[in-house]
Amino acid sequence: MHDQLRAAALIFVACLFIAPFSASAQPTADEIVAKANLAAYYAGNDGRASVTMTITDEQGRSRSREFVILRRDQSDGGDQAFYVYFKKPSDVRKMVFLVHKHIDKDDDRWLYLPALDLVKRIAASDKRTSFVGSNFFYEDVSGRSPDDDSHELLETTAKDYVLKHTPKDPASVEFSSYSTWIDQATFMPTKAEYLDKEGRKYRVVEALEIKEIQGHPTVVKSRVQDLAAGSETVSVFEDVSYDLGLKEEIFTERYLRRAPSEVRK
Amino acid sequence: MSSYSPNQSIGLLLVLLCCVLPQTITAAENGEPDFTIAKLQNSLLDHYNLELAGFIEARTGFRLQNDPYEKDASLAEARLQLDLARDLGWGLAKVKADLGHDLVTDEMIAELREMNLSFSPLDNADVKVGRQVLTWGTGDLLFINDLFPKDWESFFSGRDDEYLKAPSDAVKTSFFFEAANLDLVYVPEFNNSNYIDGSRISYWNNVLGRTAGRDYVFADEERNRVFSDCELAARLYKNIDGMEAALYGYYGFWKTPEGLDPGSMRLIYPRLAAYGASLRGTLLGGIGNLEAGYYDSLDDQGGDNALIRNSEFRFLAGYERELADNLTGGFQYYLEVITNYDEYRAALTPGTPQADEYRHLLTMRLTKLMLNQNLRLSLFAYYSPSDKDTYLRPKAHYKVSDHWAIEAGGNLFAGSDDHTFFGQFDRNTNIYAGARYNF
Repeated sequence: MHDQLRAAALIFVACLFIAPFSASAQPTADEIVAKANLAAYYAGNDGRASVTMTITDEQGRSRSREFVILRRDQSDGGDQAFYVYFKKPSDVRKMVFLVHKHIDKDDDRWLYLPALDLVKRIAASDKRTSFVGSNFFYEDVSGRSPDDDSHELLETTAKDYVLKHTPKDPASVEFSSYSTWIDQATFMPTKAEYLDKEGRKYRVVEALEIKEIQGHPTVVKSRVQDLAAGSETVSVFEDVSYDLGLKEEIFTERYLRRAPSEVRK
Repeated sequence: MSSYSPNQSIGLLLVLLCCVLPQTITAAENGEPDFTIAKLQNSLLDHYNLELAGFIEARTGFRLQNDPYEKDASLAEARLQLDLARDLGWGLAKVKADLGHDLVTDEMIAELREMNLSFSPLDNADVKVGRQVLTWGTGDLLFINDLFPKDWESFFSGRDDEYLKAPSDAVKTSFFFEAANLDLVYVPEFNNSNYIDGSRISYWNNVLGRTAGRDYVFADEERNRVFSDCELAARLYKNIDGMEAALYGYYGFWKTPEGLDPGSMRLIYPRLAAYGASLRGTLLGGIGNLEAGYYDSLDDQGGDNALIRNSEFRFLAGYERELADNLTGGFQYYLEVITNYDEYRAALTPGTPQADEYRHLLTMRLTKLMLNQNLRLSLFAYYSPSDKDTYLRPKAHYKVSDHWAIEAGGNLFAGSDDHTFFGQFDRNTNIYAGARYNF
């Protein structure tokens, strides 16, 4: 008798949890974007990666950047802190770029210049400007707020959701709209194509390789192509790990002047 | 090192330069040279856990007008900087040194810029001991509470910005608490700024009542008694939800020789205490900052000693923001107020030009990034409506590759009087250019 009751109770509880998911077999565009935002930018409570960027200009000349990036989330989908420690090229070696990303107000940014021991506060610039001279924008690195665009589900392919995003404030961005391909199983965005104001495709951001690391699908190689300028940047992410237990104080002035062991190794 | 001729040292640097050149050349020919700096760097790291970095650089500059007291060349030097660091696990050891030759003064450059050890004796404390560069405060090329040594000669003659900050031989201890953080800097033997003494930049000489240069190099009475000629600097600071607030204190000496010993006719460093505060935070899509300080001239608190600088209030307000794509503008207002101005005026030696009670200064910085941020064009301008003088620092910096960079710029001075802060340097107006290989 007890066993039957327990079984019934379990089924009841299970239904409570499963019901909301099965009821919405086809999620709305906003739901997909919200999940994709979490999958792409909020994996784990914190994370670390060694990044190598190779920038190739329209004449085939290449330059590279090497840095270690640390991230810590206040809450999923909420404020985040980023610590970027440059290793190469030599003229930016040991410089640190610190960002406190805020959802409801301008980000706080600092740059540490080791030769001068100078902690410089930087004005929050247009987020759609180049990150360290590459084809990646600040927004590609730290994420574009889902609230900045209105989203529309265009189609559901065998593997992906295909969405179209239209900016709510068209004057603030250089594109007229963009489309994304989001994996149905993992909600990882795998490709984004941007149309310029004339409706021509001019910029493509792609995940070239995705691996599962500590249970999180992780982009380990990505590429941005500027079709208009003929330049591109490939980023390779190595030594990726999540949930390292990064202390909040790493993202403060103390650790700008004294790089933490998490980035030095 | 007197046997070391300038030609030899320039030659040595040229040889070094030739060592780095093949790296860029052979790369195109698929040939791998036996020796490259990158190989040396890797082997030092693998075998000795030593990180090596640095650069080799040549710079030259000249005056745009004749200066009767100085050479036409304002800058002519080649230098090699080596930066070695070792992670000890419990701490970090660092040595950074410059070697080269200065053809303007015909002296060898052998400068230890850093040699320090940093570690954390407690969870909430950091210590850095030894020669180090120290900076705090909120001004942009204006300093109120940053009373660490500067190198004004380097700044005015077109060396890299890095050289504006001279190192300190200090113990820096930092404590981190929930309520606030505290930095304490102890300098056992006073480190003065490299002031304009006439050896390479002409200046207004109050004793002669005219501009002087190499004909009257102003010697100073060094403060070199360890422990008794010590300096103490402190900063208490906190980041309150993005707003950075700080309180400062300093006890030591004027960093430039603001006194004259009439007996020896040498410049002296009178005692100084300073107190101040600053605020910095986001404001209207940019960064705003406020800073104030009181300089208490302890050897002339009455203000009636004509040979020692009076006490002063200093104040600055600044604002920086992005003006357009890849264009940033920064603007500052700065004020110096001489206290006991009546006493200062009464004590002034007849014939000595009189400073204004209020010195107003405006600055503007424009920075434009172009060509995928590889070209940086910048202009920093100082203008004083009260002194009626100006100082412009235009600069173009181009990163040719990940290793090579070239730079050209100028130091342009103008003023209606010969004795004002920037006006006195008007015969030093110069332009310069340089090339650097970073490794």
